[in-house]
Amino acid sequence: MGLEVLNLTVRVKDKVVLRNVSLNVDYGTIHVVMGPNGSGKSSLAYTILGREGYEVLEGDIRLDGESILNLETHERALRGIFLGMQDPPAIPGVKLSTLIIASMNKRIGVSDLTKISDPRIVKTIHKVASEIGLPMELLQREVNVGFSGGERKRSELFQAIVLEPKIAILDEPDSGLDIDGIRKVASYIDSLRSKGRAVLLITHYARMLHFVKPDIVTVLIGGEVVARGGPELVFEVEELGYETIRKKYKGD
Amino acid sequence: MGKPVELREDIFKGTEAAVELLGYEKPFKAQVELKGRITKDMIEEISRIKKEPEWMTRLRLKSLEFFYKLPMPKWVTGIESIDLEELILYVKPEVEMVKDWDDLPRDIKEYYDKLGLPEIEKKLLAGLTTVFESETIYARVKKHLEEKGVIVLPLEIAITKYPDFIKEYFLKIFPFTEHKFAALHGALWSGGVFVYVPPGVKVREPIESFFLIGRSAEGQFEHSLIITGEGAEVTWIEGCSAPRLSKYSFHDGMVEAYAHKNSFIKIVTLQNWSKDVINLNNKRGIAEDNARLDWVEGSIGSKMTYVYPSTILKGDYSSTRNTVIQLAKGPVLKDTGSKAIHVGRMTKSKIINKSISADGGINVYRGIIRIVRGAKNAISNVECEAMIFDSRSRAHTYPHNQVDEITATVSHEARTGRLSDVQLFYLQSRGLEEDEAKSLIVLGFLDEIMIELPFEYVNILSKVMQLEFKKLGGYG
Repeated sequence: MGLEVLNLTVRVKDKVVLRNVSLNVDYGTIHVVMGPNGSGKSSLAYTILGREGYEVLEGDIRLDGESILNLETHERALRGIFLGMQDPPAIPGVKLSTLIIASMNKRIGVSDLTKISDPRIVKTIHKVASEIGLPMELLQREVNVGFSGGERKRSELFQAIVLEPKIAILDEPDSGLDIDGIRKVASYIDSLRSKGRAVLLITHYARMLHFVKPDIVTVLIGGEVVARGGPELVFEVEELGYETIRKKYKGD
Repeated sequence: MGKPVELREDIFKGTEAAVELLGYEKPFKAQVELKGRITKDMIEEISRIKKEPEWMTRLRLKSLEFFYKLPMPKWVTGIESIDLEELILYVKPEVEMVKDWDDLPRDIKEYYDKLGLPEIEKKLLAGLTTVFESETIYARVKKHLEEKGVIVLPLEIAITKYPDFIKEYFLKIFPFTEHKFAALHGALWSGGVFVYVPPGVKVREPIESFFLIGRSAEGQFEHSLIITGEGAEVTWIEGCSAPRLSKYSFHDGMVEAYAHKNSFIKIVTLQNWSKDVINLNNKRGIAEDNARLDWVEGSIGSKMTYVYPSTILKGDYSSTRNTVIQLAKGPVLKDTGSKAIHVGRMTKSKIINKSISADGGINVYRGIIRIVRGAKNAISNVECEAMIFDSRSRAHTYPHNQVDEITATVSHEARTGRLSDVQLFYLQSRGLEEDEAKSLIVLGFLDEIMIELPFEYVNILSKVMQLEFKKLGGYG
């Protein structure tokens, strides 16, 4: 059980960005999708969340065996799918704390989204923030407005933990971080797995995978799955580079 | 600017908070209703019904003369199509003024209950007056303030009690000769409050006045006068609302404020008329030496709004902070702008205008900063921020500076942002529906106002905004 992507072909405007892509992300596992820039990694994440403009031509996306293709983005999120974006946008006017409280209220069905319906929410927010080293001051700032690259990453990871999703999709959570930052992010991703969550980790570089060992690795190039394997595939990619990997597995 | 909002366009069909709270208009009995051509006879009759002193009758008649003499102002678009003769210009409801909520007729009290006013009054207000249609129907000030000489009275009563005092300010801060609708207001004014805080008295809790229009095709012309003596302090909150009306109503109110030396006045308006009210409010105040006069306006409801809170910084070291947050959602026009006239030396003005345009709404900022020669070292800073939710909606900014003093510092910053697909997607991916995402952004914009308000109001405002952005349906 978990997330299943079945023979997915997706078009954005008149360009096919994913072609016949299949993958499973089971609970308690980390599935890594690697690929060069423009390989369709982020498109895969957007399509799973049902972003407007990502038209599914063929295939299916299932959560716990049930198709979610007809659900809107917010419904997919409420079913427990979370996306930590590679480059999350600034949202002027909305404080990070407000966003999280609204998001949590929505999950538990509290109609006044801005109301702190349960003091435990505040406690949880503070606890997780201090654990992952998110400055409290950031909670009172508008989401991503004037955040540094590192602060954005930390804020996305923070949300991925505090909102307790079943499926956490993390798109390049390590870009722009120094080695200590990467090590930390890796350990939180590992802890998501040990809590039984399904993690879909999208990354261009292998460096983060020195700190967190994936269960399955899929290499995506040009919108197609070119290779799949265990953790050893990460090192192969690192050694050979995407071009050689493509030639080796696709044979052209 | 673009095409103005059509007055005759179908009545707004979306969800709106005022209607969610107050429902639809219910007919209330009126003792007196005056409509038709605005004549000398009509004005005299209003004056007679109100048992006014002669000087007031004369002032009304003089205003009427100017109403007919003055041209239609250029900054109004749409108002000219209102047929004033179609409106009931004076409605005396069949209620006597009371000091106890339970003495009000049940249907009327119900409106105030839905707005939560009796509760709020008990908890945190120093005084409260409510105007229903054209008359004040409830007025009370807490005893300890009465003992300190704080006056909170319907203006009509104040006129007979303190005529010489009122004469010095009434229609002097905002002369009726200024424009056609100021003159119309001078002729027809009815209802409103007189707040006076004697020298040295600091009123900690706010004093509120609430204005309700209960029927269609009505004109409401309330007048409020807020005065602080030397070193005094007061916050006055004015709230406005109306249920869903079957035809347009017209509001042409006026607020005059006078802050004497070293005193502080803060005027907070929460305007949530239903979207069948055309709202014009004339607001002006004068600040003496070292006095501060602040305006805070949350402009949420109405079909069209024309409001330009203005401060004349007459005294040295006087200052003003003017915050207007406006929402134009649906076929709505909000034309607002803060004004500051610097006369004294070392005077300061800070103006913040934030607007949100959604579903075809139009926001206009039309501000004026004037620094006269001799206003040495005056400082003025204007910040305008516009958020546009979709391609049908618009925002325009027309700042105007007139600086005749070489030592003055004037700055203006303007920002316009559009809600992008990726911003919306991001919020949706956090579990929020499109309208919820938008209401969160709007609430964020309202933060500047929230910090000026007691907690209870913040809750109400937050609820109101979430209702505003709920999915369409239910009406029309």
